[in-house]
Amino acid sequence: MSGYRLAAGGRIDRSRPLAFSFDGQGYQGFAGDSLASALVASGVTLFGRSFKYHRPRGLVGMGPEEPNALVTVDRGPARITPNLRAPQVALHDGLQAKSQNRWPSLKFDVAALNDVFGALFPAGFYNKTFMWPRSAWEKLYEPVIRQLAGLGDSPVARDPDHYDATYAHCEVLVVGGGIAGITATLEAAAHGGRVILIDEQDELGGGALADPVQWAALDALKEKLAAAGNVTVMTRTTAFGYYHQNFIGATQSLTDHLAPADASGPRERLWRIRAGEVVLAQGAIERPLVFNGNDVPGVMLASAGRMLALRYGVAVGHAVVVMAAHDSGWRDALALAGAGVHVAAIIDVRNVVGADLADAARDAGIAVHIGCAITAVHGRHAVTGVTFAANGTGPACKLACDAVLMAGGWTPSVHLWSHAKGSLTWSEAWGAYLPGTPIENCRAVGAGAGAWDMGHGVVTAVLPSHIDVRAQKAFVDFQNDVKARDIHLAVQEGMRSIEHIKRYTTNGMATDQGKTSNLNGLQIASAALGRPVEQIGLTTFRPPYTPQTFGALMGHHKDALFQPVRKSPIDEWATEHGAVFENVSNWRRARYFPRGGEDMDAAVLRECAAVRRSVGIFDASTLGKIEVVGPDAAEFLNRMYTNPWKGLQPGRCRYGLLLREDGFITDDGVSARMADDRFHLTTTTGGAARVLGMMEDYLQTEWSDLDVWLTSTTEQWAVIALQGPRARDVIAPLVSGIDLGAEAFPHMAVREGTIAGVPTRLFRVSFTGELGFEINVPASEGRKVWEEVWDAGQAHGITAYGTETMHVLRAEKGFIIVGQDTDGTMTPYDMGLDWAVGKKKPDFVGKRSLARPDMGLPGRKQFIGLLTEDPQDLLEEGAQVVADPDAPMPMPMIGHVTSSYRSAALGRTIALAVIADGRARIGQTIFVPMPGKVIRATVTAPMFYDAEGSRLNA
Amino acid sequence: MILIHCPYCEEDRPEVEFTYGGEAHIARPLDPGALDDRQWETYLYIRRNPRGAHAERWRHAHGCARFFNAVRDTVTDRFEVTYKTGEPRPAGDTK
Ligand SMILES: [Zn+2]
Repeated sequence: MSGYRLAAGGRIDRSRPLAFSFDGQGYQGFAGDSLASALVASGVTLFGRSFKYHRPRGLVGMGPEEPNALVTVDRGPARITPNLRAPQVALHDGLQAKSQNRWPSLKFDVAALNDVFGALFPAGFYNKTFMWPRSAWEKLYEPVIRQLAGLGDSPVARDPDHYDATYAHCEVLVVGGGIAGITATLEAAAHGGRVILIDEQDELGGGALADPVQWAALDALKEKLAAAGNVTVMTRTTAFGYYHQNFIGATQSLTDHLAPADASGPRERLWRIRAGEVVLAQGAIERPLVFNGNDVPGVMLASAGRMLALRYGVAVGHAVVVMAAHDSGWRDALALAGAGVHVAAIIDVRNVVGADLADAARDAGIAVHIGCAITAVHGRHAVTGVTFAANGTGPACKLACDAVLMAGGWTPSVHLWSHAKGSLTWSEAWGAYLPGTPIENCRAVGAGAGAWDMGHGVVTAVLPSHIDVRAQKAFVDFQNDVKARDIHLAVQEGMRSIEHIKRYTTNGMATDQGKTSNLNGLQIASAALGRPVEQIGLTTFRPPYTPQTFGALMGHHKDALFQPVRKSPIDEWATEHGAVFENVSNWRRARYFPRGGEDMDAAVLRECAAVRRSVGIFDASTLGKIEVVGPDAAEFLNRMYTNPWKGLQPGRCRYGLLLREDGFITDDGVSARMADDRFHLTTTTGGAARVLGMMEDYLQTEWSDLDVWLTSTTEQWAVIALQGPRARDVIAPLVSGIDLGAEAFPHMAVREGTIAGVPTRLFRVSFTGELGFEINVPASEGRKVWEEVWDAGQAHGITAYGTETMHVLRAEKGFIIVGQDTDGTMTPYDMGLDWAVGKKKPDFVGKRSLARPDMGLPGRKQFIGLLTEDPQDLLEEGAQVVADPDAPMPMPMIGHVTSSYRSAALGRTIALAVIADGRARIGQTIFVPMPGKVIRATVTAPMFYDAEGSRLNA
Repeated sequence: MILIHCPYCEEDRPEVEFTYGGEAHIARPLDPGALDDRQWETYLYIRRNPRGAHAERWRHAHGCARFFNAVRDTVTDRFEVTYKTGEPRPAGDTK
């Protein structure tokens, strides 16, 4: 127990007590408190356990830089938020918070043994140790590491809150509401135009909130802000990212500071702000000092001690020692003394300190030890005293105390400045980087720009000590448990760039992004390398400035609004008829239509059999469709597709194979010539936009001399596939203006007429191997025509089928699905589609690449069929194929299964695969190793049904 | 979120309306069959990837659907200039 509430002072409202709990124990604070100030006032010193060593940890800072005091706030089921920084959690009545990363309790933590055996966990330990074997990772390392090392737990229930999102535009955006930010806001407002001022805290004021001398001036400034008609002030709003062209992302917290019963409306609001000019007034963050024992609870930043005393009326201890390397520590000590906190001593590592400061300290009754450094901090769960010595090496002096304040100088907050890629300039005086030249229309003001009198100081790497740095518990990154010795070790092991040192030690890689550790880490690396800091580099700051909720980033984009669901005109009919759906790109497609208690396998076997026996009806409306029109349409398609198009007669269809310029298959589809200057193209469901974009690219940028127009018609046509030996009989009574006879209307022909009174482009095509039609009608008439065909089909035993049956039927015929049987590395030859490549064409997209030497090398994967030895064994799609299951590990893999189904027609399973030199292996046995067994299969041609095509042409 | 100036629409529009199209001013050979393997490889795969000003293709996919060219600084992401397909890369890279 060390901290306590001062009798007077602070900005809290002592007339409004608030009850709250921490780790189940009840406490009391006041309105205006943060969780951190209320806990310190209640005597709490232990806030959490560190990430790696599980060392007991206390509060370090009173702002976003806080590395240790991360808590989980519980606002009821599903409203559990982990990893909140206690100083940034506003206190409200009934607040329930828990510490993290401890088991079973904060005071007794089993994993603190990591600390006892800390020598076993040096930098790079994870990289070096947990490497092999893989099974140990899955069964041992990962579960143990997850159990012992981690932040708070994610909530498991669905987040019931909703999150708003909006935009704002302004002439000037000011980030940071301290004196500098408010002043900049008022200056900007005087020019007219919209000005927005945002600040992450509950109230404006920044550092001035810890300086009562400035409160009157602060109030006057706030009145001016309120009086300006063109200023919008948003508090509890964090600018987390600064993006191009003065685009700022900010999250406004709306309800977390209220008791759950008082909260209504969205929890947070994401602001996307575009500003003419951005003014960054983010202030500066105090640097800890690196010395042995600097992480014992009760050791914190001097600025935090000051903020606690003067803003919140809380003393950090009954006997406070200040360890300073900077004048600001003296000023803070004097301010604390003035507020009634007993400051036992100021220890300053410098040999010379301004006489005014020294005199003022002595006048305040504070002992002063110049040229000294702390070499040990006593106490485990709380500070009980320190040992210090002249220059760290002189005779040891012991001093009893219950709090140590570190004043290591100041680091301007250049996070947002760096997000916007502004340059940084090393300042010897600050021992830190300052904003240099911006790229955006942006400027920095106040302490964040180095334009603030924080006093003088020296920059130290590690405080001088008689103890070797490798034996010191001198922490640099509190949250990631990085010690000074780890940085030395990284340098010793050959790291030179700060980027490497960072990744090796994880310094600055915790959720605080090194707000307190980056500069100290740099100084230590600089000393270890014997090179100036400026030559070692600086790691890059990236958004977000502080951790943000996923909810705020998602906003309204969840559930039905997460991604648009595209539905065909037949979708409602399918729903009414019990379809089970699947998503195919953004489309929702009927996968199968179960009857009774059928599972998918049973339904698909029944649907497949029905199509081959009589007739099936299938919604193919999602097929991509492009209308290609113009005098050069045939020439254009001839250049795009592998096969010839110029000789295709109107009324005829052709299978088109589309390559990328690198020779690999990217799409396919059947297209029809409607007239000399008009084609009806189809693409794969997922490829429609890509194919249109690719064709537009060639048309606009390579062949702009061609007179061709491309129009996406995917959503204009409903496509009803009618497949099976009775297909013609079903539509015959409905069709007029078209001779449906086999000779008048052969396979791969197209006719225009009407069906059920609706104009149609009727294709005679088949993706099943059966006699088939694809009835294209305007989408608005799709459901009407579908139902007429459905009714007409009843007499013929018509069966609705879905995408799964479509897949099986096409696989029985060896028809490929681009993207399933191909993967972006397959040529037409690989897929056995030589027949679709126009040998006499001088050029088409991808042709030249097909002649590259590597395209003809032996060993390329080729498309083949597989029949398992046991006809009921179903191979897994994606399973690897090997030639010799007894080959030593790592076993050479010769290919993989691309499609695998149960075939009703064959009464057994079938599969398609791509395997090295597959066509030469036809008739041979290959092996598919699976957990617990090896499946034997015979390589076949990729054609399992009606190879001669007699059914198709019926 | 970058604003990109479409030279056809003559509007600054948000980047989500656009798609990227790789390096600009690489014309497809008129007779690919006349190129040897090395020449074809150069056309197909070899790109400048500069640090700094880069002439590249963009498409106003969710707008006028036109392809156009831009000079963008790959360090700062700043668009120096955008211009219509077929126009030469402007001398100097400033607006
Ligand atoms: Zn445009």
